[in-house]
Amino acid sequence: MELQYWIWIAVGTSFSLYILIAFWSRASSTNEFYVAGGGVNPIANGMATAADWMSAASFISMAGIISFSGYDGSVYLMGWTGGYVLLALLIAPYLRKFEKFTVPDFIGERYYSNTARGVAVFCALIVSFTYISGQMRGVGVVFSRYLEVDITTGVLIGMGIVLFYAVLGGMKGITYTQVAQYCVLIFAFMVPAIYISFITTGNIIPQLGFGDSGPDGVFLLDKLDGLHKELGFHEYTSGSKSTIDIFFITLALMVGTAGLPHVIVRFFTVRKVSDARKSAGWALLFIAVLYTTAPAIAVFSRTNLIETVSNKDYKDMPKWFNKWENTGLLEFDDKNLDGKIQYVDNEKINELDVDADIMVLANPEIANLPNWVIALLAAGALAAALSTAAGLLLVISSSVSHDLLKGIIRPKISEKEELISARISAFLAVCLAGYFGINPPGFVAATVALAFGLAAASFFPALLLGIFYKRMNKEGAIFGMIAGITLMLFYMTKFKFGWFGGGGKEDWWLGISPEGFGTVAMLVNFVVSLIVCNITNPPPNEVKKIIEKIRLP
Amino acid sequence: MSQKKVNYWQKNLKFLKILLTVWFLVSFGAGILFVDYLNIIQIKGFKLGFWFAQQGSIYTFVILIFIYIHLMNKLDSQYNSKEK
Repeated sequence: MELQYWIWIAVGTSFSLYILIAFWSRASSTNEFYVAGGGVNPIANGMATAADWMSAASFISMAGIISFSGYDGSVYLMGWTGGYVLLALLIAPYLRKFEKFTVPDFIGERYYSNTARGVAVFCALIVSFTYISGQMRGVGVVFSRYLEVDITTGVLIGMGIVLFYAVLGGMKGITYTQVAQYCVLIFAFMVPAIYISFITTGNIIPQLGFGDSGPDGVFLLDKLDGLHKELGFHEYTSGSKSTIDIFFITLALMVGTAGLPHVIVRFFTVRKVSDARKSAGWALLFIAVLYTTAPAIAVFSRTNLIETVSNKDYKDMPKWFNKWENTGLLEFDDKNLDGKIQYVDNEKINELDVDADIMVLANPEIANLPNWVIALLAAGALAAALSTAAGLLLVISSSVSHDLLKGIIRPKISEKEELISARISAFLAVCLAGYFGINPPGFVAATVALAFGLAAASFFPALLLGIFYKRMNKEGAIFGMIAGITLMLFYMTKFKFGWFGGGGKEDWWLGISPEGFGTVAMLVNFVVSLIVCNITNPPPNEVKKIIEKIRLP
Repeated sequence: MSQKKVNYWQKNLKFLKILLTVWFLVSFGAGILFVDYLNIIQIKGFKLGFWFAQQGSIYTFVILIFIYIHLMNKLDSQYNSKEK
């Protein structure tokens, strides 16, 4: 059957499924709208968390990024999984025990202050908005690439779908659609991976396959190191970044993960504290399936790419090469006019530019897989982008209706009014996110990775100290959060957008990149918090009692 | 706080210390700080340090959380049975 039909079938079927689920699990109270009624099964919640967590970037771009950066790509693999250990051990169970709806809720109550709550709302909105714009853009790109509509139409279709099930279903609708979306996306990711592993190494498990050898008996990784050396790239299995930078980026991503509001809020949806721990475990297991496969895909497709193109005649290139050339993701410029492709790490003689996204998107064609696998990939990429967008949307809407409106502006608002305002703010947030998806501000791509730095610099210390340090008071938390997020915003805007005099790589403090600076800003937050806390009054006794309570089962 | 509650919390903190030490050692230790030394060892196609950075650390993370779930469930039931 024609590829286009397959794609319409795959996307159409999965979308109708999401809408059906959303309709069946629509929310009727604020409790259901914010935390799905608090009775979600821990394994289902683990799946929903995994889908929520894995965005279009994890699904489409990550394997490609690792493919080009080799060992340096490990920062994403370790950073975006290791954070779950912190979540499960240090944050999630205690916040679940606290029995509130949102992260600013915890900060506001624990630090007995609406100022603290306000600062937390501000941080939550900054983090979530940078993130969601990227997701809507992702939806648009996937639509335009596979369904041959333009990006704007793609974003509008995506907005319509998310709007329908997020506004109608709230957290309850989102949770159960995310379970379905996890199944779609993981199936779509694994089928081509297993197939390619099998044809390259004879091993059907990709995680083991990339440590095996190809038909020529040479280990794939050794071969790749050799090819890289030959072409002037840095060795695949060792990095080009400094050890200190790798260390700081990994830590910033881990701690940021444990401080991201849209992830934390997922643990409020389960019945009891032990279920919160359990669902963090399941979530990481489900995430690990994709995260351990991605580096394998990276190696297979990298080897495949180099062997197919390097020093080969342009006219002998396979059909997929020209197809992806048309999309602009592959660009060949025959600089020395010899009709062959020179692919090397040297601006002047390199003739091929490859976009990282192609490594996952073109995989099925490179490996000659049937058309339905390509259609599946399209549905999977959409599932990844939509599930993350929906989760973020909910954080934005609950921050506005619950924390800002009910918490600060109008504490006496009725349940019904709050539910309506939650839906209205979800609606407005989708429109705003859609606008940024269609007209992406230049900084979106640059700031998605930095959202982790912002979360690390603002939330993580306030949450951790709030649970493990009884003496911690509101002055410490407020000054700490403000110091952390201000420093992070300063460093990020200085080196990413050239504000405050800008500067290049050589001006980085201690050689730490903006991506890794979240770790520094977090440490500053800790230091400021502890100093301010110890020179001001201790928290009231009621607060100490709350902390004692959340520490017990 | 009663002695029982203090014990529960101290036990929990002990688990956290041990598990987080392992968490640090597999990722920041094996995968980053000592990666060059471990890379001298090669098992099949994998250099050991590289394997820890891209595979081993992730498997360990999953196992760590499930160990913690198990330990805390046991501790919770001890705590609850003493209460009755």
